[in-house]
Amino acid sequence: MSRYFTEDHEWIDVDGDTGTVGISDYAQGQLGDIVFVEVPDEGRQLTKGDEAAVVESVKAASDVYSPVSGNVVEGNAALADDPSLVNSDPEGEGWFFRIQLSDPSELEELMDEAAYEAFVAKL
Amino acid sequence: MSDTDLQARGTTLSGDTDAEEGAPPPVQTLPLDAWHRARGGRMVEFAGYHMPVQYEGIMAEHLWTRESAGLFDVSHMGQLTFTGENVVATLEALLPADIAGLPMNKARYSLLLTEQGGILDDLMLTRQDHARIYMVVNGATKYDDIAHMIEHLPDDVTLNLMEDHALLAVQGPEAVAALARVVPGVDALVFMQAAAFAWQGHDLWISRSGYTGEDGCEISVPAEAVEALADALLAQPEVKPIGLGARDSLRLEAGLPLYGHDLDEETTPVMADLGFALSKRRREAGDFPGAARIAAEREGGAVLKRVGLLVEGRQPVREGATVVDADGSTVGRVTSGGFAPSVGAPIAMAYVPAALAAPGTTIQLAQRGKVHQATVAAMPFVPHRYFRGVK
Repeated sequence: MSRYFTEDHEWIDVDGDTGTVGISDYAQGQLGDIVFVEVPDEGRQLTKGDEAAVVESVKAASDVYSPVSGNVVEGNAALADDPSLVNSDPEGEGWFFRIQLSDPSELEELMDEAAYEAFVAKL
Repeated sequence: MSDTDLQARGTTLSGDTDAEEGAPPPVQTLPLDAWHRARGGRMVEFAGYHMPVQYEGIMAEHLWTRESAGLFDVSHMGQLTFTGENVVATLEALLPADIAGLPMNKARYSLLLTEQGGILDDLMLTRQDHARIYMVVNGATKYDDIAHMIEHLPDDVTLNLMEDHALLAVQGPEAVAALARVVPGVDALVFMQAAAFAWQGHDLWISRSGYTGEDGCEISVPAEAVEALADALLAQPEVKPIGLGARDSLRLEAGLPLYGHDLDEETTPVMADLGFALSKRRREAGDFPGAARIAAEREGGAVLKRVGLLVEGRQPVREGATVVDADGSTVGRVTSGGFAPSVGAPIAMAYVPAALAAPGTTIQLAQRGKVHQATVAAMPFVPHRYFRGVK
């Protein structure tokens, strides 16, 4: 399984042709206390870069973009009851949605973990 | 991910600096700038100053203030003094407060009004003696306020902007006990009472008031002493530093309007539900700016009224959302909104038509293409806990 990151601070774990998407630890730290998350419904078709989810902190609302194109197979229902999972475990239990990739070659445009770390260090 | 609303929200946190043409003035630093940074304060621009929006996190800071005591740096606010034998009559010409009837060392909330009764700023004023008034105005509006007031000042009344003073607030149920260990005697004050105190050779002016709905004090302190005073306060176990983010959520829960958002020149005291700021004597005399219009609105009701809203679900509805009727037409607007940590739900303030202003009325809000249900609620959302004395 490999993990990729976007410059907009989404991560995607890819296992076969299915990806799990969330926001990075850096992103949750910048947002602060998360009070609401809206995840995409199963069956929604997303194109890379589409607004896929909404995350709201005490301070602000932010869009989460899909890092790849594909078909949503599951939204994380646990976030409706406990949006703070995004703060406590952003790159684990706080995942947003799973997506069946329609074009795995899009992953080549994303950063690996080391590249993302270097990217964040410069922010 | 992108902060779509950080801009809009940033407006809340960056005060009311009108985005006029040309280069913005440089952002200024306050006396405690380095102190905030050393304590992990995340600095943002607000009202033309670098100020801490949070330290450990807005939610934790908010809840800490409600249960213990929070220390706020509000030195961006304008501290003014007016001196002169005619100071009372001069200021009464600009405000609807009964200053002549205000006892010494009592603070009063008031409004700077246009000739049309619109609100130029909201403020606190205190009579320090018969010929001297201390006033605290909003940071983002202080220079406009001064320009407006100077126009109306006679030669024998002097206005002084206390730029050499900082302003701290200590707020929360443990605030006064903690402050009284540092400045003995402050616990003798009651809500909206003020007095001079000495601390390590410095003159302090302390008022039992604040902007959170909690008990607490606001402390005017010479800039050269503010760091030592902040250290002494933070050394009290009840006290933590609190940023602007929690200040905003605390005041929202307390039902207190924020100038530039919930109040502006188009808003009158009646629309804003601030009728308590219109003193009886002044109302009867009708001798303040906009008195005729305001009297008519008191009589016949204002078209729009500021109300509190409890929003259904968990998603915050924020400033800029609209109030819509059954046909989807815009009939009002949300002027403040967010998640309320002590309520555990999203709340908002909005201007709605008078027919929709009664508590319990169900209304609809539109935000980014989505409709939210809300119920008009009496404010404050969290009960005020002011100390009015031992009865």
